[in-house]
Amino acid sequence: MRSRDLLGLVAGALLAGVSSVDAADYGQRPEVGYGKPVADADLVLWNIDIHTPDGANLPAGEGTVPAGKLVYEQKCIACHGEKAAGGPVYGTLVGGIGSMTKSPRVLTPGSMYPYAPILFDYVRRAMPMDAPQSLTNDEVYAVAAYIYNLNGLVPDDFKMNATTMARIEMPNRDAFVRDNRPDTLAERCMSDCKPIGTVADASKPAAAPR
Amino acid sequence: MTKAGDPRAAEAVSWGHQDEGEAAGVIMPASTPRRGFLKGAALAGAGLMTGSVAKAAPLPIPESNTVMGDPIPAESYGLPTEFEKHVKRRRSDVFKNKQNFSDWSMTPLQHQIGIVTPNGLFFERHHNGVAKIDPDKHRLVIHGLVDRPLEFSMDDIVRYPSVSRFHFMECSGNTLTDWREPKSVTVQQSHGLLACAQWTGVPLSWLLAEAGVKPEGKWVMFEGGDGSGHLRSIPIEKVMDDALLVYGQNGERLRAEQGYPIRAFFPGWEGNTCVKWLRRIKVVAEPDQIRGETARYSDPMPNGKWRQFSMVMECKSVITSPSGGMSLKGPGLYEVQGFAWSGNGKITNVDLTFDGGRTWREAAIEGPALDKCLTRFRYRWNWDGGPAKLASRAMDSTGYVQPTVEDIARVREISGFVQHHNGIFPWTVAQSGEVSNAIA
Ligand code: HEC
Repeated sequence: MRSRDLLGLVAGALLAGVSSVDAADYGQRPEVGYGKPVADADLVLWNIDIHTPDGANLPAGEGTVPAGKLVYEQKCIACHGEKAAGGPVYGTLVGGIGSMTKSPRVLTPGSMYPYAPILFDYVRRAMPMDAPQSLTNDEVYAVAAYIYNLNGLVPDDFKMNATTMARIEMPNRDAFVRDNRPDTLAERCMSDCKPIGTVADASKPAAAPR
Repeated sequence: MTKAGDPRAAEAVSWGHQDEGEAAGVIMPASTPRRGFLKGAALAGAGLMTGSVAKAAPLPIPESNTVMGDPIPAESYGLPTEFEKHVKRRRSDVFKNKQNFSDWSMTPLQHQIGIVTPNGLFFERHHNGVAKIDPDKHRLVIHGLVDRPLEFSMDDIVRYPSVSRFHFMECSGNTLTDWREPKSVTVQQSHGLLACAQWTGVPLSWLLAEAGVKPEGKWVMFEGGDGSGHLRSIPIEKVMDDALLVYGQNGERLRAEQGYPIRAFFPGWEGNTCVKWLRRIKVVAEPDQIRGETARYSDPMPNGKWRQFSMVMECKSVITSPSGGMSLKGPGLYEVQGFAWSGNGKITNVDLTFDGGRTWREAAIEGPALDKCLTRFRYRWNWDGGPAKLASRAMDSTGYVQPTVEDIARVREISGFVQHHNGIFPWTVAQSGEVSNAIA
């Protein structure tokens, strides 16, 4: 009995040591819940993110390259320019394939996206920038067909839909690696140190460690 | 009039002596009006040369002593005095976007006193402008791989017990204009996508526990209610560890620019993960790999590779005074000030160099040195009037030491729009006293 009391005291003191002012329940999950049940059917208009590696959650619908050209010329050209080659507010959406090992890398949906459905997900939620979420699914498929056609990734007679989009082979598919930092292993030198180096210094051979 | 021998005159003289160092030690950001300061310095100098001789006329009674002040309005939201009008958040003028909806504005760090950034100066980064949301109509849902999909109103969310924590927030793109060339003039331009606040809200782990995460649920997707529908996926470990759903910032509800009425907050992680105007949380097995997780917010690596999900902001520091665009007024004592922070823990040490990195000495860390929070350092430096190259180097509680840009460039590709710049940032002080960016 006594030793248990003592243990309780020690535990209490330890807890107090963690934070001497907070009550014991501060930051602990309360035994209440104020969320109300929501059904999948309530969320059909919200649940629009696409699992882009396999196209899961791509909606029904279809679009062609010529239909996409029409959508593009009505709703996108003002900002992205003729043939998506760059306009007054944004650079090109076309080209750059093969530039990843060069400097600068040219980033476009064609050169950069590892999975084709990224374009559907992004255009549906964010474009046209002045009227996001205003396109029909057919229009999004069509304008995606047009942009990927300009990038040489799909033929002129391509029919873009949930199945065909997920199958497009993207040139940058295998370029991504997951975070593996820390990758710099700097040391805390206090005297007789190497002066602060620049980016240009990094292309010279590394100095022998002191 | 004070006479010779009057104790007040003696006091004035000794103040003059003290002022010599201190007046010279005042460092003025370029944008600050200087006339008042120069006058003060000139008077202090005159006092020194002429000993205890009184001025031609006594110090006049300030006008503010002779009139009634401004009345108290019936109600108001107080703003800084007109004399501090130059302290402003500013859009990037080094890297100019061609529109101002997917754009950013930067915190004037050279004017920040203490570790907390006032809400009106907290940097902004939006993907399609500032959303305007009526809190009474706002709904947040949690669905996906959960046992009980849930919907919350703002009234529901503020009913939970809450927690408050101090944390910095930094944009992944902070300092990206200054890898290879000294493009920024001021520290606002080079480091102003950084700020710090006290955040108040509900631990996300509580709401996820309420919904019941299924064993397959390994990532959590957060989506905003803005015109870009900005979204990011976060590993479940981080969400359950220290993530918050915040509605309060520095004692008031979030500003619209910070995601009113509610945003996600991941302490120490890049700002864009802290999704603003939050309306949907979806528990998933694997991230969606949408544009913001592949084509944006990824880092170029050698051999054409890209590093993704690099969301922790690693240990970094910068000297904010003296910093670019300032001017030292002659040799003497200067308090070197700056900030250090780490997304991986607490700041344990900050070292300063005045000779471009050959020798370093330890600065004083001003408490509190909190976890994943801006931490102040100070150092009393006697400038001998010669050219100097100053920089700070921070170390965090994991033992990680802030690298140079050379160290970073040896392991990553510095080409194009490169984020996660946590390099040591040198400033040069010329013999004239002018302070300039010396990153290259
Ligand atoms: C009002 C100007 C405007 C209009 C109209 C507009 N866009 Fe955009 N678009 C932008 C801006 C600005 C960005 C960059 C946004 C960002 O990165 O946050 C962008 C980005 C994009 C991207 C991403 C490019 C990349 O490299 O990842 C695509 C794809 C795109 N727009 C397609 C479209 C399509 C399709 C339309 C027409 C349906 C359209 N846009 C209409 C301004 C516009």
